[in-house]
Amino acid sequence: MKNQIDVQITIPNQTRYLSLIGRIGEQLAQALGSFSGDREALGQHLNLVLTEALVNAIKHANATDPDKEVLIRINVSDRELVIRVYDSGQGFDINGVSDGSCPEPLEEQGRGIYIIRSLMDSVVYKRADGGNVLEMKKALG
Amino acid sequence: MNLKTEQNGAVTVIVVREERLDAHNSDELKAEMNRLFEGGTKDLLVDLKEVRFIDSSGLGVLVSGYKNASTRQGSIKLCSLQSQVKSMFELTRLHRVFDIYQTVDEALESY
Repeated sequence: MKNQIDVQITIPNQTRYLSLIGRIGEQLAQALGSFSGDREALGQHLNLVLTEALVNAIKHANATDPDKEVLIRINVSDRELVIRVYDSGQGFDINGVSDGSCPEPLEEQGRGIYIIRSLMDSVVYKRADGGNVLEMKKALG
Repeated sequence: MNLKTEQNGAVTVIVVREERLDAHNSDELKAEMNRLFEGGTKDLLVDLKEVRFIDSSGLGVLVSGYKNASTRQGSIKLCSLQSQVKSMFELTRLHRVFDIYQTVDEALESY
């Protein structure tokens, strides 16, 4: 039996859709057939990772342009969960935003990528068709 | 954004009546905190009991409020954090920056 889920959603470049996509991440964790870990924690983490990735795409890569869109693709197999968030903008310097360490306490920005890196196993930001993709992977085994 | 601001003695309490404090709505909390500090408020308590989810933007707004309070010789304290919100403060080490209390009453007694 093939045990794979693919979800693909396109949203306008607006933060009002953060809650919708975050909830889909939470629900997805509840629905995983073969996952034996803490579903509630996984759902919270997916909510967070999706929210942070979308904010980066909407505000930084797409520069809050309301005419742009963000594409989200979530692929889940027995072993791995992959989230890809596609922007259509100029992109941003992921290493300039965060080197992976926890931002200084009184910094007001820079925690988003740190949070994603803390909760996922690998995070890559690269050029894709007409824009960029933030690709985040997490082992489920 | 649904915020309830009330006065309790010398302390101004903002109750965030939202399930999420994120990049979509956190600027409104920032504006309310700025309005209060500019109006002379010294001691601000933010009650997060209804907030189930906070992202980096929500945390950034609270840090902004902390810095704003410090420059005015005031204070900002937090109370009633749900477990997921508390874990975000721990992940980003902000639990070492803020005074965090279990309940409103416990926070009010600390002044």
